[in-house]
Amino acid sequence: MDTHRLLMKLWKSLVALVMGFFILNVAFMVAAVGTSSVARRWLGTWLPDGYTFNWYQTAWKEFQLDSVLWVTIEVVAAVVFLSILIGVPAAYALARRDFRGKNLLMGLFLLPLMIPPITYGIPLATVMYQAHIAGTIFGVILANMIPAVPFMILVMTPFIEQIDANLESAARVFGANTFRLFWHVLLPLLAPGILAASLLVLVRTIGMFELTFLTAGPDSQTLVVALYYAVFAAGVRAPQSVDAMAMVYMAVTLAWLLIALQFVNPTQLVSRVKEHPKTA
Amino acid sequence: MTGAGPSSFDRSLLLLVPATLFMVVLFVYPFLYGLQLSFRPMEGNWLANYTQFFTTDNLRDTVWTTLKLAIPATVINVGVALPIAYQMRHSSRFQKLITTLLVIPLTLGTVLIAEGMLGYFGPKGWLSQSLQWLHIYEGPIRLTHNYWGVLISLVISGFPFAFLLTLSYITGIDPNLPRAASTLGATPWNQFRHIYLPLLVPGLAMAFALSFVQAFSVFPSAVLLGSPAGATRVISIAAYEAAFERYDYSMASAVAMLMGVVQLIVVAAVLGARGMFYRGPVSGGKG
Repeated sequence: MDTHRLLMKLWKSLVALVMGFFILNVAFMVAAVGTSSVARRWLGTWLPDGYTFNWYQTAWKEFQLDSVLWVTIEVVAAVVFLSILIGVPAAYALARRDFRGKNLLMGLFLLPLMIPPITYGIPLATVMYQAHIAGTIFGVILANMIPAVPFMILVMTPFIEQIDANLESAARVFGANTFRLFWHVLLPLLAPGILAASLLVLVRTIGMFELTFLTAGPDSQTLVVALYYAVFAAGVRAPQSVDAMAMVYMAVTLAWLLIALQFVNPTQLVSRVKEHPKTA
Repeated sequence: MTGAGPSSFDRSLLLLVPATLFMVVLFVYPFLYGLQLSFRPMEGNWLANYTQFFTTDNLRDTVWTTLKLAIPATVINVGVALPIAYQMRHSSRFQKLITTLLVIPLTLGTVLIAEGMLGYFGPKGWLSQSLQWLHIYEGPIRLTHNYWGVLISLVISGFPFAFLLTLSYITGIDPNLPRAASTLGATPWNQFRHIYLPLLVPGLAMAFALSFVQAFSVFPSAVLLGSPAGATRVISIAAYEAAFERYDYSMASAVAMLMGVVQLIVVAAVLGARGMFYRGPVSGGKG
């Protein structure tokens, strides 16, 4: 029995070790970017020769970060708002009604979350270039909504299902019309779910590289795509200014992630898909 | 609830119209358009794109190159995620801390990971210096601009995904089941083997399928961290080059369709294989 215990302990330490190794390396990786972004000169030593914040200024000017950040804000805000606008009503109908073809429709909404963006992004970009909406901010917003709307629906449907439908019937009995029912009963009940789902969509949209990359033009790049081009063309620029930009991107994402984590469980970022695994 | 008969139309179904319309116009239509476009090549007969793909070395080999990256990455990610998630199945502060830490590489995305890896794993990065300092490996290590760089980046971005997914499946299993088994004298290993594992197989299959699909569509890190002309010329690079460097949208669509087909085959195979283990409902969510 004692050897059994010992084995268990060994196994547990091994698992913890692997986990620690992973997290430590990722942490050092992030720290390396951070250190480089404030390094005066850093060539193959443990730590840089000196420190400066000038690279942030350089990056800001060089990569036109003010306009890139503005585009990012516009895209993310529009994607979140429009996804709520068309996703929540659909989620409501899916949660409350049964109808023929419901499973088919659920499958349609699940598909963009199962297929990676680059696979459907290429035909999408082709169509968008022919319709002359690729290269505009409008095209970028539409492209980013493709995974966002289904994600909103899949998060909101189970949320609405657990709201007691009798509350709505009661409001009807007391004479509320559809607008008052929506404004005074449904909206307050839905608000926490919408908030959580919006934050998840927001964090995912900031980090969405492929779809924006395939549909954006020079004036409609979001932060992550601008970062890609900066890394891609890194040879001609000081690595520190690319790292400074990476830090800006990281700060934006992390800030929103921390806000989001106040309201949602980390596993929700990936695992809502499990609600309807049979359609897969 | 509405008392509407089968003949009268339920108006609340109109709420589905905008979302459905959106998906049809922006998802289904482009896909079908791409499909038919792939059969209308710039030159040659209707199958010319596909014939060209399978007869040109630097196109056909991309499938193999991508599989060589995606399959090991997926096996590592899911294989390591399972024991770790299992260890952390009980809700605790530690669990919350780890999940929060792991969600960070997930949200930062592959581009930032690539930039970080170029510095940290590069020949003059901290890792290389540490290994030399400890005399584990002399000389600069080569972990960027080759196969290993892309594989590591797939693990860094894919492992948190696989872990969080697996964790959500494990925590969805009723903890009373192993408790009951334990009162009947089952050892921890037997509890895992006979209770958790059978209930987890559907979820693991799902996690494997989703992780694979993500790894298979690797793009930014294959360009930034790999050697996009050689060892990590993955299929998405071929599709991108066709579309945006040669403006051959027909060929690009064909490559995208082939990408979809390979993904579909693997997903179908994995989800089909799970049926051999266990048939029954997937463990419910946390509610």
